[in-house]
Amino acid sequence: MSEPHGTNQRNLGQPRLRRRTFLGGIAASAGAAILAACGDTTSATTTSAPTAVTTKAATAATAVTTMPAAMAAASVAPTGAATSAATAAVAGSAATGTKPAASAAASVVASKGPAKLSDGKLVLAVLNDQSGVYAELSGKNSTKLVKQAVDDFMAKYGKDVFGGTVEVIEADHQNKPDVAGQKANEFYDRNQADIILDVPTSSCGLAVAAVSKAKKKMYINVGSATTDLNGAQCNKYTFHYAYDTFMLANGTAPLVTKNVGKKWYLVYPDYAFGQDMVKSFTDAIMKSGGTVVGADPSPFPSSGDFSSYLLKVQSTKADVVGSMHAGGDVVNFVKQYNEFKLRDQKINLAIGLLFDSDIKALGPDAFQGITYTTAWLWTLDEQSRAWADTAKKATGVRPTFAHAGNYSAAWQYMDAVRRAGTDDPDAVVKELEGYQFTDFFARNATIRKEDHTLIHDVYTAQVKPLKENSEEGDYSKILGMTAGKDAFKPDGATSCMMPA
Amino acid sequence: MSIVQLFNGLVTGSFYALVALGLSIIFGMMRVVNFAHGAFYMLGAFGAYVLLDTWNIGFWWALILAPLAVGCIGMVLERLVFRRLYALDPLYNFLLSFAVATIIQDAMRLRYGAQGKPYHVTSQILSGVQDIGGTFYPRYRLFVIVFSILVCVVVWFLIERTRVGMVVRAATEKPDLTRALGVNVDRWITPVFGFGVALAALGGVLAAAMQQVRPSMGEDLIIVIFAVVVIGGLGSIAGSVVAGLAIGVIAAVGEAYYAQVSSTLVFIVMAVVLLVRPAGLFGSVEGT
Repeated sequence: MSEPHGTNQRNLGQPRLRRRTFLGGIAASAGAAILAACGDTTSATTTSAPTAVTTKAATAATAVTTMPAAMAAASVAPTGAATSAATAAVAGSAATGTKPAASAAASVVASKGPAKLSDGKLVLAVLNDQSGVYAELSGKNSTKLVKQAVDDFMAKYGKDVFGGTVEVIEADHQNKPDVAGQKANEFYDRNQADIILDVPTSSCGLAVAAVSKAKKKMYINVGSATTDLNGAQCNKYTFHYAYDTFMLANGTAPLVTKNVGKKWYLVYPDYAFGQDMVKSFTDAIMKSGGTVVGADPSPFPSSGDFSSYLLKVQSTKADVVGSMHAGGDVVNFVKQYNEFKLRDQKINLAIGLLFDSDIKALGPDAFQGITYTTAWLWTLDEQSRAWADTAKKATGVRPTFAHAGNYSAAWQYMDAVRRAGTDDPDAVVKELEGYQFTDFFARNATIRKEDHTLIHDVYTAQVKPLKENSEEGDYSKILGMTAGKDAFKPDGATSCMMPA
Repeated sequence: MSIVQLFNGLVTGSFYALVALGLSIIFGMMRVVNFAHGAFYMLGAFGAYVLLDTWNIGFWWALILAPLAVGCIGMVLERLVFRRLYALDPLYNFLLSFAVATIIQDAMRLRYGAQGKPYHVTSQILSGVQDIGGTFYPRYRLFVIVFSILVCVVVWFLIERTRVGMVVRAATEKPDLTRALGVNVDRWITPVFGFGVALAALGGVLAAAMQQVRPSMGEDLIIVIFAVVVIGGLGSIAGSVVAGLAIGVIAAVGEAYYAQVSSTLVFIVMAVVLLVRPAGLFGSVEGT
């Protein structure tokens, strides 16, 4: 655009412009604000510069007042000694080379002093999407729950358990792998982060894993689903917690193929997660006797409109349209699936990955009858419900499995540091490998040494109609449980070549 | 099948045209490249949500009330903020509108969360699907195309065929001369800005039933809308409409046949158009 109108504008507005310096000031500050916001990368640095929260030894007065709450929380906290002791007694005696939780806990309480921290503090960094399509399913609430985990852990083992302070820091990676990689570098180098947690968006998770490998610093992934993290791109310092695309496909695809329809049409977001989902689902569908009649990528981040795919599926004669999306994209997909009334045309909907936050965004009736696979549900049992109550107090919402997974991962990390007596990554990794435990989130869990996958029981669930919800957030009922060894890739089937 | 895909593209396109129209009008009058247009669009969608959620006011009223309310917000912002920078290089107002967009969007995110809110059209006439040559198509989207084109025609009529439109056009092209003829040009700036903003909000209300109402919905749309306006020619009403429809069709065909490039396709078209006609399809190379 050429700008001959610049002069006209000047005439137009001039009578109103008297205080030039004042205006100049506004312009300058507006300019500065924009410059800060212009590149999203820059905005991350300025707006979401890691906020440190130190859970320091409190003064006597505060300690007294906060104690009852902390104690209450501790009673439902993971590794509820009784459960894990029982599991360890059973599992530990059978398997050699595992580290029974109960004995480890007992020995530490009895003999070891505080852990030795390399820089006098333990820093847990939460890196995730705090403003985009995945902000609700994990986001800032995960940070709050990691802080909760720290408080609960210290309430259980004493605030001197690490002989130093514990900090929880966070940042928004905006679903951009380059931002995620840069933040990871910053966390490890500048903030002395000992561990990075969460990192949804598979492309971002892979970027952080690469940094973790290069810096030899730890990363426990909770939010990313790609099987590359515990497959081809695995590394010694990266762990895969909660779920992956294999486990989702393996749970959902056979169930839907058997009960709903054999001919699938898949739509997937065009990045690491979606590409991996489509691969895992195609395998699982074929294995259970179904066919994939078409698979189309949709842009990521999406424009929010999936109408052309919903038209296309009508010409494919598919019985099932599978949304391989996550978060906000699932919500839009389902909204438009309902708008196109495809169910009336005998085209059923399957969803690869579903969080409670997605159901909340449309209301459970929009998802009614959908079966899906999940790592955890807060309504699972009494222990989960009790934890969900404390989580709701901290965040105001019922937790998703990503929220629970982050708490659990933070706890298990701290527990490994405590057992190792140091925050040295190599020692902590060794402590985690092969470790068996049960907590409110991960049942009958083993951290598999060969690919650093958390193997634990997973669940198939079905969305209930709104009228059957006992309260807001009670969206689904559990249909069945799959034991960890059947839910995840079998031993020896991974493409991970774990370096020694 | 491909006919329905083309038609679906026209529906998306008519919706683009509606939103782009407001952007184009604001640029034409004030030379403000209004980056906050996406935020106003989002406010329109939230307006529809709030009306339904808080007062149980349905879609038809929302079509009128939400744009009115957001248009008023636009006028207040024009009075208090944008007006102060007209004397400076247009770049400053562009940056300012970027800041306004970010502030509005983050405020909404704080209030409603990133995931957004559900919205349903309660009207019976608009729910359900229509059989178009064996393919089922939502009735609501048929309404969207009819309504959007109607609004575009009305706006064109207002600007090209009425006295008010004449004043606005004159003020756009020769403000000094218009003023010399005794027309109070400044008086028209605020309402026209508000009108452009209201069109964005109207687009938002239409979108609320098709998409999740969420704070980032404007941010996701605005880039495409800018491409539409640039392709059509900045400030040209006919250009916005034609380019909007064209982009909608191109994106839909892209998604149907080669989804990987569909989001890039829009910008390839924009680059080509700019190379061949730097002022856009309907823009005139101005030299005053």
